Amino acid sequence: MNMMSDPNAKRKDWLSLLAKSPAAKLSKLWTDLSIEPVHTVLRSPEIGGVMVRGRAGAVGAAFNLGEMTVTRASVKLSDGTVGHGYVQGRDKGHALHAALVDALMQTKMAAAIDTALLAPLRDGLKQGATDRAAKAAATKVDFFTMVRGED
Amino acid sequence: MYVAVKGGERAIDNAHAWLAEERRGDTDIPELSVAQIREQMSLAVNRVMAEGSLYDPHLAALAIKQARGDLIEAIFLIRAYRTTLPRFGGSNPIETQNMQCDRRVSATFKDAPGGQILGPTFDYTHRLLDFKLAADGEAADAPTAAPSQAPTPHIMSFLDREQLIQTEPTGEAVPDDLTRTPLELPASRALRLQSLTRGDEGFILGMAYSTQRGYARNHAFVAELRIGAVAVEMDIPELGFAIEIGEITVTECETVNQFQGSKTQPPQFTRGYGLVFGMTERKAISMALVDRALRWKELGEDNLGAPAQDEEFVLYHSDNIQATGFLEHIKLPHYVDFQSELELIRKLRREAQDNISREAAE
Repeated sequence: MNMMSDPNAKRKDWLSLLAKSPAAKLSKLWTDLSIEPVHTVLRSPEIGGVMVRGRAGAVGAAFNLGEMTVTRASVKLSDGTVGHGYVQGRDKGHALHAALVDALMQTKMAAAIDTALLAPLRDGLKQGATDRAAKAAATKVDFFTMVRGED
Repeated sequence: MYVAVKGGERAIDNAHAWLAEERRGDTDIPELSVAQIREQMSLAVNRVMAEGSLYDPHLAALAIKQARGDLIEAIFLIRAYRTTLPRFGGSNPIETQNMQCDRRVSATFKDAPGGQILGPTFDYTHRLLDFKLAADGEAADAPTAAPSQAPTPHIMSFLDREQLIQTEPTGEAVPDDLTRTPLELPASRALRLQSLTRGDEGFILGMAYSTQRGYARNHAFVAELRIGAVAVEMDIPELGFAIEIGEITVTECETVNQFQGSKTQPPQFTRGYGLVFGMTERKAISMALVDRALRWKELGEDNLGAPAQDEEFVLYHSDNIQATGFLEHIKLPHYVDFQSELELIRKLRREAQDNISREAAE
């Protein structure tokens, strides 16, 4: 499914970003927004495990690799919009913040939240990945052949 | 026979208090924080996550602190914690071809697309103690270069295109799970791989080494070893679509092995596979060799009677928590058991003595 045809692509994108971002950074950006949207908590933050799967030979049958910790929460805004948060790790605040952001991103506040909160998170993850990729690139082997000059 | 015994409570409480004090060590030395262990003992943390079968670096670091650095004890703590977690579901299989590789080497193709990327490796170090670290652990920033934009395809896919390598069969969408149903033999490959990836590193290494030394000889080339971050995606029922729920670092090893062909198949290379949480390449390579050895039956090879081909032997002895639980229980009180043994041996000796006396008298 490509981004153009998938109606859930945008929501999937921000939920994935919220799940992978550091809890502390999300918490700070949320505080900086200085908003207190009226909401009810549909599902209190709950810590659980997800069984991560791999494939035999990277392409074959699935197998269970091991679990990872995940925390989830759900909220409902006063206008009825429901938001869900599924985040890596065991930080309950992280899951609640993610659920609130998910809900607000479905309202007319979306553009403002995207600029003030999601963009810095996106930049942070991208920067982290780029930094590692740059160090990896510096360890790439350049083979050369010794010229023996036998002629 | 089990009987209730009372009376050890005070001794146990005091032993645990002393354990806590010994764990802390000399109080003139600053205490280790969990974050310090997580950041600076990261390969120990990775091993505890892999064999504890739970990806959570902070919890693994806490377990190492609590266990005074005894990694099997730390793995035990993680396994125990794991059982308390409600299972939210299973992820989609991770896509390792999309890995952001910190390291990626091939022992089979020098000019592999994507290149040979050494990453933060111990390879090519001289294994000499670095006394500078004893005085000062500060490191200079690592050099950087322009990040590669090109994809890093699996090297095996090139051999696959030429049909030089055995294809991997597909299987159940929801694989068998060791943590839900007891291991039964013969085990599916999915169960074998799950068992190997959480198995004891030392045991899997020993088994793998035995295949290299000639017990079920199966000369393996490391076609590819890659380490890096992959996203974990899961279907969320309340959303009706899949999202990424996190990102984990894994080590993947694919071996290519000799295969003479069988009655029904032309000669073709075969594969072994290792995939382990964290930066754990010794374990991933070992896993791939043992996986390959255990596949003798499905590949139509002979059973050479080697330990690494015996799935009962390998799978039932690779789990260090099961092993240590059974092994260490023999130090706990067996007073009544032993009392009966003692009485039995005294009785046998008495009878033997009586027989000797009787024979002497006759």
